[in-house]
Amino acid sequence: MSESSGQSTPAMTLPPDRRPASSEGYWRKNLTYLGGLMSVWFVISYGAGILFVEPLNAFRLPGTGFPLGFWFAQQGSIYVFVVLIFVYVYLMNRLDREFGVDEDAE
Amino acid sequence: MTVQAWTFVLVGLSFALYIGIAIWSRANTTSEFYVAGKGVSPLANGMATAADWMSAASFISMAGIISFSGYDGSVYLMGWTGGYVLLALLLAPYLRKFGAYTVPDFVGDRYYSQTARIVAVVCAIFVSFTYVAGQMRGVGIVFSRFLEVDITVGVAIGMGIVFFYAVLGGMKGITYTQVAQYCVLIFAYLVPAIFLSLLITGNVIPQIGFGGVDQTSGTFLLDRLNDLHQDLGFAAYTSGEKSTIDIFFITAALMAGTAGLPHVIIRF
Repeated sequence: MSESSGQSTPAMTLPPDRRPASSEGYWRKNLTYLGGLMSVWFVISYGAGILFVEPLNAFRLPGTGFPLGFWFAQQGSIYVFVVLIFVYVYLMNRLDREFGVDEDAE
Repeated sequence: MTVQAWTFVLVGLSFALYIGIAIWSRANTTSEFYVAGKGVSPLANGMATAADWMSAASFISMAGIISFSGYDGSVYLMGWTGGYVLLALLLAPYLRKFGAYTVPDFVGDRYYSQTARIVAVVCAIFVSFTYVAGQMRGVGIVFSRFLEVDITVGVAIGMGIVFFYAVLGGMKGITYTQVAQYCVLIFAYLVPAIFLSLLITGNVIPQIGFGGVDQTSGTFLLDRLNDLHQDLGFAAYTSGEKSTIDIFFITAALMAGTAGLPHVIIRF
């Protein structure tokens, strides 16, 4: 298997001692993105939809019958999940291109 | 024609479609059998994944249970959709980049261990078995209603049909059959949802109609449901019976479970 990052070798799946040096930067950025997106995921579903649902239910989504917490649990969280996946795909494709490991380059 | 005859014609046609697809897309190589030769377009793959998601249980009863249980039903809504975020962010990209067909393949190659591979195989079989047992029961119920036979006979018929097109077409056949199923299912879901919303609130889009005004009483639909639930002695529709800690952990369990579904993971 080739060790250079420009090849089709999936650098991140090699054990740490065999990874090319540039993959460290790739991995750090990957973790940053993951951390950010997973925080949003947690805050919206477990935060707004479950833990703080009662206080949020005191408000209504303007112009509708939805109590806000209930809306987050039933609809809002799902919309946010879909957006999160699209954002992740966009960020990772950009990162893959930046480090030359995108699938089209193979 | 009677309703019974219409049902036979429609179900017969959709099965003819599924089996026709299986024959048309016969698998010729190992790669085609397991991963459809990696030749499935993203759109088709997405549709097939969605059909995986809308399993027998969702089709028979989940929509009813979720809409009946109000806020408590949120555990299923958030659990099954939030699980896909976990899958897309934490599992799928790594499996795909590694090029493994299945999770046991990945575990075995990544950790250079046959023991790890065997443990993963046992887990995968156990998970699949538990999942298929429930789904097959659902298939059995559908066939027993449809053909008026015992549930056991219904399960046998369902397994026969699935076995036929899975062995013949492999992942490619299953994927295109799932795409057809997706179209049938989404249509079957949308029609009642849209018309119920139209009848009750006069809004074509069910998601907006749910928060809209009930046409007969002139109050918000959700307020009316709250009153109705409380008159019948249940907790309010929008707050539910379950404690916060129950909701939290059931949602977490459903998310982890959804992220780990073997037949969904293989799609990446």
